[in-house]
Amino acid sequence: MMGYVYPNEVEIQWSLLIVLYPFITGLVAGAFVVSSLYHVFNVRALKPVASFSLVMALSFLLVAPLPLQAHLGRPERAFEIFLTPNFSSAMAGFGFIWLSYLILVVAETWLVFRPDIVHHALTSTGPKRLVYRVLTLGAYEISEEARRIDERVIKVLAAIGVPAAALLHGYVGFLFGAIKANPWWSTPLMPVIFLLSAIVSGIALLIVMYIVVMKLLDRPVDHACVSSLAKWLLAFLVLDVTIEGLEILSMAYESEESWEIVSQLIIQRIPISYLGIQLFLGSLIPLVILGALASTLSQARRETATAFAFLAAVLVLVGVFAMRWNVVIGGQLISKSTRGFLSYSPPLGGREGVLAAAAFMMLPFYLFYIITSLIPPWQRVAFEEDEGTPQEEGERQEALPAMGWASSSAELQSGVWSRGGR
Amino acid sequence: MASYSRRRFMKLGANAAFGGLLVYTARGLVSQPSSPPAAEAGSGSAYDLYRPEEHDWAFIIDTSKCIGCGRCARACKLENDVPWEPQCNRTWVERYSFTADGEVSVDSPDGGINGFAVEELPEEVQGKEITKSFFVPKLCNQCEKPPCVQVCPVGATYKTGDGVVLVNRDRCIGCRYCIQACPYGGRYLLPKEHVVDKCTWCYHRITRGQLPACVEACPVGARAFGDLRDPESDVSRVLAEERISVLKPEMGTKPNVSYLDLDGAVR
Repeated sequence: MMGYVYPNEVEIQWSLLIVLYPFITGLVAGAFVVSSLYHVFNVRALKPVASFSLVMALSFLLVAPLPLQAHLGRPERAFEIFLTPNFSSAMAGFGFIWLSYLILVVAETWLVFRPDIVHHALTSTGPKRLVYRVLTLGAYEISEEARRIDERVIKVLAAIGVPAAALLHGYVGFLFGAIKANPWWSTPLMPVIFLLSAIVSGIALLIVMYIVVMKLLDRPVDHACVSSLAKWLLAFLVLDVTIEGLEILSMAYESEESWEIVSQLIIQRIPISYLGIQLFLGSLIPLVILGALASTLSQARRETATAFAFLAAVLVLVGVFAMRWNVVIGGQLISKSTRGFLSYSPPLGGREGVLAAAAFMMLPFYLFYIITSLIPPWQRVAFEEDEGTPQEEGERQEALPAMGWASSSAELQSGVWSRGGR
Repeated sequence: MASYSRRRFMKLGANAAFGGLLVYTARGLVSQPSSPPAAEAGSGSAYDLYRPEEHDWAFIIDTSKCIGCGRCARACKLENDVPWEPQCNRTWVERYSFTADGEVSVDSPDGGINGFAVEELPEEVQGKEITKSFFVPKLCNQCEKPPCVQVCPVGATYKTGDGVVLVNRDRCIGCRYCIQACPYGGRYLLPKEHVVDKCTWCYHRITRGQLPACVEACPVGARAFGDLRDPESDVSRVLAEERISVLKPEMGTKPNVSYLDLDGAVR
């Protein structure tokens, strides 16, 4: 503590878990946008990650409400938000927005992977067969016509999903931006800043996860795809940093009463996480790397370019996490008396400690592993584990268009699907 | 009263619609036109007869009278079973000290429950010449437009007809959004119950015609409480005749706690 804080302000109210919440939802929004770039806006280069990003979005979306739930003083009353919502509260919308978005993502994922599920349901054996049969929901029709209908619905869902993702994360920004009592939160730009940083973080994690998963599976990385992702990352990062910078610049230039405490916050209380990590390490350096990659992409070796994109993505992720920290924790460090600061360092153990946060952060990756072991996005039809010869690897890559429904149905049925059977 | 009769009418109207007993409706309207529900309930105590919409409570603090004895804060803790933890305060007293070199220092050790007689000045002003010093009691402002009520996701905190903002402990989920939204630091989480608590202007007392505990405990009359519906009340007179101000008016919360002699440095 420093200076004067109101007596009731001894501890900050929203801990590390509430830092995770916007971080995780942001990753969802970003991953979904990439998937829609392919499904709606036909960015062909993103084909290899189109369904990958969808599964990623789903994995993180499922975990998103858990840190919130764990943070409640009375977690057993969480459902009251659904039962007796107070609609003048931004927070009351969370359950409904989250639930409708979940339905949308689940529906789209199911439709995208339906042919695979049906195929597995028909060809696998044992308990696995039962799982896939349940997942088909009784719909086994995967004729060309059925798939064309699916394709149309996917396009519609993916299109709805873009504003929905924007709403989901813009809303999270609104939760903070609408608190007039807090000078570090209260700005109409907050939803925009949250949305842009969400997209940035989602693309960054997609780059990291795609490359890591491909290396783990010993599969080739599609460099053109990574390069395209890097360009999208650059574009959104430029927007993000610009808006964030403009916000601070306006505050400093106007120098209203609250700037005194806000500038002290930046310079004295969170200089490392804000100036050091969020701005320098997480924004400036990635901008330089990605900018250099975009301008010299033709000359750089593809592997080198991918490695640098990976590095930039990791830095961006660290930066966005720092941004969430600086907003959620930073804002609470300012006493409402504007005469002093609270202090916070997360405990290691306990319900809201570092270990609990780490566990919550691991959960989406575990879910991703479970979902992809049922419906691997990188292996859109039922290859058995022991069939992985390099030759077929190439053919598998050929088969990939199936996910975009770009290939002919003949290729799907004769070329690939028959190979998967036991 | 009017709304009560209407509700009664609607209820009976519904009965009639179900039963088609129009005669019953007419009889009901005639026989029970205006009897208050409390009287029906029976006990007839002051509390039962209390009607929120018939009151418009106001709280006035005269900072020039406060001597920083902390009796108000102690009385509040005792009256309302407020935990003795230093971060649980329904009301507290702040001390402002101004030095000759223009520094302002504020402190409120343990919310001022022990008074300031034995409290040393804050470090930053110790040994310096104090040019001006005063105490400012604080409590929930029972805002006309309470941001805490606006942000509560489950409607656990609400405004009553008389303007007092209350928390339903059985509904609060402990999300603490209201604590974030309150510009005055008036709210805290109960350490045992894990739900939010705040000053109620001693709702259990004022609805029985008594004064809030802090008002009653103040030995110098720095706190005044009363009903603006009563033009003869002290608060009505002060608000009509004196120069008053509220805390953080720029927040647009329209506080119902007014201050006399409030220094501009107080936030």
